[in-house]
Order: sequence, then structure tokens, then C-alpha cells
Amino acid sequence: MTAVDFCGIALAHPVVNGSGTFDAIAARRVFGDALLEQFPFSAYVSKTITLAPRAGNPPPRLWEAPAGMVNSIGLPNKGVEAYLAEDLPQYAALRVPLITNVMGATGEELAAVTAAVGERPEIAAIELNVSCPNVATGLDIGSVPAELEAVIRRVRPATAKPLIVKLTPNTADVSLCAQAAEAAGADAISLINTLRAVALHPGGGARRWLGGRQGGLSGPAIRLVALAQVAAVAERVALPIIAMGGVQRGRHAAELLSAGATLVAVGTESFRDPRAATIIQRELAELPRDDRAAKGQRRDGRAGSPVYYPANEHKTLDQGQQQ
Amino acid sequence: MSVVRGQDGRVLAPFGRRRTVVVSTRKVGAYVLLELSDRDGPPADPGQFHMLATVSGWGAGEDERPFLPRAFSPMGSSGGHLWFMLEDVGPGTHRLTTLKKGEALWVAGPFGRGFTPPPRGARRAILVAGGIGLPPIVAWSRELTEQGRDDTTLLLGFRDAAHALVAAGFAGAQIATDDGSAGHRGYVTELLEAQLDGDPHALVYACGPPPMLEAVRALVAARGVSAQLALESGMACGYGACYGCAVPLAAGGYARVCVDGPVFDADRLDAVPV
Repeated sequence: MTAVDFCGIALAHPVVNGSGTFDAIAARRVFGDALLEQFPFSAYVSKTITLAPRAGNPPPRLWEAPAGMVNSIGLPNKGVEAYLAEDLPQYAALRVPLITNVMGATGEELAAVTAAVGERPEIAAIELNVSCPNVATGLDIGSVPAELEAVIRRVRPATAKPLIVKLTPNTADVSLCAQAAEAAGADAISLINTLRAVALHPGGGARRWLGGRQGGLSGPAIRLVALAQVAAVAERVALPIIAMGGVQRGRHAAELLSAGATLVAVGTESFRDPRAATIIQRELAELPRDDRAAKGQRRDGRAGSPVYYPANEHKTLDQGQQQ
Repeated sequence: MSVVRGQDGRVLAPFGRRRTVVVSTRKVGAYVLLELSDRDGPPADPGQFHMLATVSGWGAGEDERPFLPRAFSPMGSSGGHLWFMLEDVGPGTHRLTTLKKGEALWVAGPFGRGFTPPPRGARRAILVAGGIGLPPIVAWSRELTEQGRDDTTLLLGFRDAAHALVAAGFAGAQIATDDGSAGHRGYVTELLEAQLDGDPHALVYACGPPPMLEAVRALVAARGVSAQLALESGMACGYGACYGCAVPLAAGGYARVCVDGPVFDADRLDAVPV
């Protein structure tokens, strides 16, 4: 295993979960203590928590896509108060650092949730979900750099804990958003969130299938979009990056780490195999890596994570196409 | 493999998906019966379910699907074997119904909570299945018989005689088909109504397509009858991670079919999403 330092948090290896893709409390009901003994992630990222409880979107909430899926779950959660009182004590059993993901519809709301979460010593870091409209300005917080910077400046004083900003890919230039987050005092960046997508009713016509009308595409279909966006962000900011998007194998994780990420998150693949992250992490650990390359990885002079190289069998095209 | 139960009584699943092997397949009318050797999995409670995906060729169908595993309740689960009943209705079931003996299958589970037995010495149980909802009802019927209850009534509804062929082995079951090509012409809920007319205090257990379950739910709600409904839903994971299988509750909000169900007391539900 390859220990990693992430914002001063010591992690046993570089594989975590994407927010909202693994419910550790439900998983313990289903798998029992085996979940604790074989917990696949080096840190646990909670689903998105908001100030007030949310029921989530009406069903249907899922659509299967080519090499992926569209979800329109609508961030159901019990609200920050019940989360801290009921869920947090259960997460303590996981024995890995906890990262709580929070969202708000205004800078004030996001600062209030962040402050409430930030008071709790059990929480190691806070991830901001900015993939939502700001009801005060009507702009998507995460997709407009100036809006994003203003909101994070409002949230930053609310906690001394590491603040991770989870960027949306549904923007003109994600690296400008990353720079805005860095300028406003973020400690880390995570990307990519799901790509906005729509599914029509199989019965025909223009009717929408999803109860929430639109959703987000995830899975291997978006893997190379993630690679492009992670590489673009890594070139423009010095902050550590949690990279995610369609990771199914160790070499996919290695590609994102090579592009400049410090950690890799597994999401949709955990739906297909609850233990996928363990297999990914083991495959990753067996890949050849070049620590020398790590020294040049961060432009602020601090030590970076090791760079991994994909396995040699990787080919861009089938042999027949390479004539 | 031995059974370990969780705090809420459910059979716990081994963590992660496991490789199983197809032992046999058999076409019966419109359905395919699939037998798997699952040496690393515990026997499931009737009403629990598994997530299935083939090791090869998953994603090789129409629209490069299937991508996600598919949820099925077994008809039987014992001695390291699992029995499923499948119908080819989409890219996932198409791949699963074309499996050959010896092919490998990923299995995760058992997931969810199964049926709860009627109180000892209590009322008669009426078991109602519609089409592809037959497997957990068959498993539950067998379990009740093994527990010494000989007063269960089995009501089975199908689209037509080709689908009803699978019911040939169930002596004493009442059959209904939509087109009247076997048994009673009409819906299985009509058979249920007749049974409840004669015994308004029976307990009802039902599984079937959402419109049938919603009809059962409305019927038992109108008559004040207790019922347990085994729901199906599209889901990505089966273990509470994706929140995709929401079902609206009478008390407001949603439950997850996969971890809170798939078996629900009918009066907890607002409606079965159809």
C-alpha cells in the first residue's frame, strides 16, 4: 500500500469514494462487520448534506446509458443537524478519516452548513458541492468562476478544516473555476462531478424519463472527459486534486494520478461491485511507478504524490486500425 | 456457506460480488430457469434478492448495454445453489437468458429484507404472484410449507398460457391469464378478491409487476387487510448506495426498495410506482 498525505491527513492509500456513491451506514446493514474489516476506501466521503432535510427527486431516478448511467437522485439527506447527531457516530466505526460533503443554495447557507460540520472533531475535511444554482443570483455556483470565487470567499472563514471544492464539468473552462477556487482559499479540488444528461421516455415522444427531468451521466463513458479536465486543472493550480470519473481498473486510477491527481475516487463502479475500490487499489499498487517524476509535479515546491504509469499493454487502437 | 444475520434479522451478504457458474438452464414456456453454483454465498431468505451480471458479454448488447447488474429474487436458494426465473425483456435479461452451462456470472447478495412469517397459529396466508413476480412467492410458499403451515393459498396470474406453463408444478394453485388461454380469464387480483370475500382476515403476500402490486395494495387498503408486497425497481447497486430505487411512503418521503425492502407492509406505501 502507498501511504498518501492529503492536506495534512494521512491516508493508507490513494483510493477514496465519490460523494453519494457509497452509503456506509446502509452497507453495514447489508454486509455487517465485514464492511469494517474490508473497508475499501482510505477516507470516507459522505453524501451531500444540506442545512434542511431533503426528500430527493420523485422516481424514476435512474437510466442506464451506453457504458454508464444517468442519475437524478436529488440529494436526499436528513439535514445537517440529524446528520451530526445520528450518522456521524456511526461513521466513527469506519476507522478511516471522514470527509463531509455539503451543499447550499446561497453562500450564507453553505457557510452555515460548513460551520456546523466544521465544529466536529470527527470530521477531517469538508467538500463543497457547488453543482447547484445559487438561488440568490440565479447563477450556477460552480460553473461561473466569479460566482464560485465569491461563494468560497464567503465559506472559507467558516472553518479552519481543509476545504475541498468539487467542481462541475458543466462549465466553459473548468481550469478557470479551479483557479477561482484556489484564489478564494480552497485547500483542494475534486473533479469531475457528473455530466448533465437527459433521458427520454422509452415509450416515445419528447417525454422525459427521469422524475427530476434531467440528471448526471457517470461511469466509464465519462472517463476520458475526467482525464482531460483533471489534466487541465493540474496545469493551472497547485492544489491537491481528488480525481474521479469512470475509474474501473487500477490503470484508470494510474492515468488520473499521472495527470496530476493526489487521490482517486471510485463511484459508479462501486454500484457494480461493492468491493471494486479494493481491487482498483490493489491493481494500482502493483503498477510500476516513477517517484522521480513526482518532484516536478507541483509547481509550489511541495512534495507531490508519486506518478503512476499505465501498464504496457495499454493500446490506443486495435492493431488493425494502426496501419 | 453458513448464514449470518444482521441486527434487523436479514441474511447478511458477503462483501463484494463473487464469481458463480451456470449449472443448468431450461426453457419453460416464456421463461428461462437458471441454476447457479454459488458456493461462496449463503442461502437467502424468501423475498431477498441478488444482483446478477455476466462475466463476459455484459455491455455487448443493444446500445452497448447492459452496464449495471440486474436484481432478481431467487425461486430457491440452498446447498450452494441458486435458482432464478428470467424473461427476455431487455438487454440485461436478454444476455442472462442466453447463458450456457459453464458460463461465469457475477453475483452479489443476498440483499434486502424478505417476507415476515404470519404469527403462529394465526390467519391463513394467501400468496399472490403475477408473471415474473413468481420466484419469491414460490420460495415463500415452500418455506411456509416447511414451517408446517398447510393452509396457504397460491394465486398465480400470467399474460397467457405460454407464461403460465411454468406454474404446472404447483398443485392446488389457482391460475389466471389475461387472455383466458389458461385458468381464469382476467387478472389475478380478481382471484384475490374472491378469496378475501370468503376470508376477510387472511394475510396477503404478493409479488408481481408494479401495476399488479398497486392493484393489490389498493385492494387490501380498501378492505383493511394486512399484506406484504415484494417490490421491484430499477436499481444500480442493490445495497443502499445509489438511492435510485425510491418508493414513496404513506408517511411522506421515500424508502429504498433495496435496503428498506424489497418486501414492504402494504400500508407503509403511498403507492407502488408504476
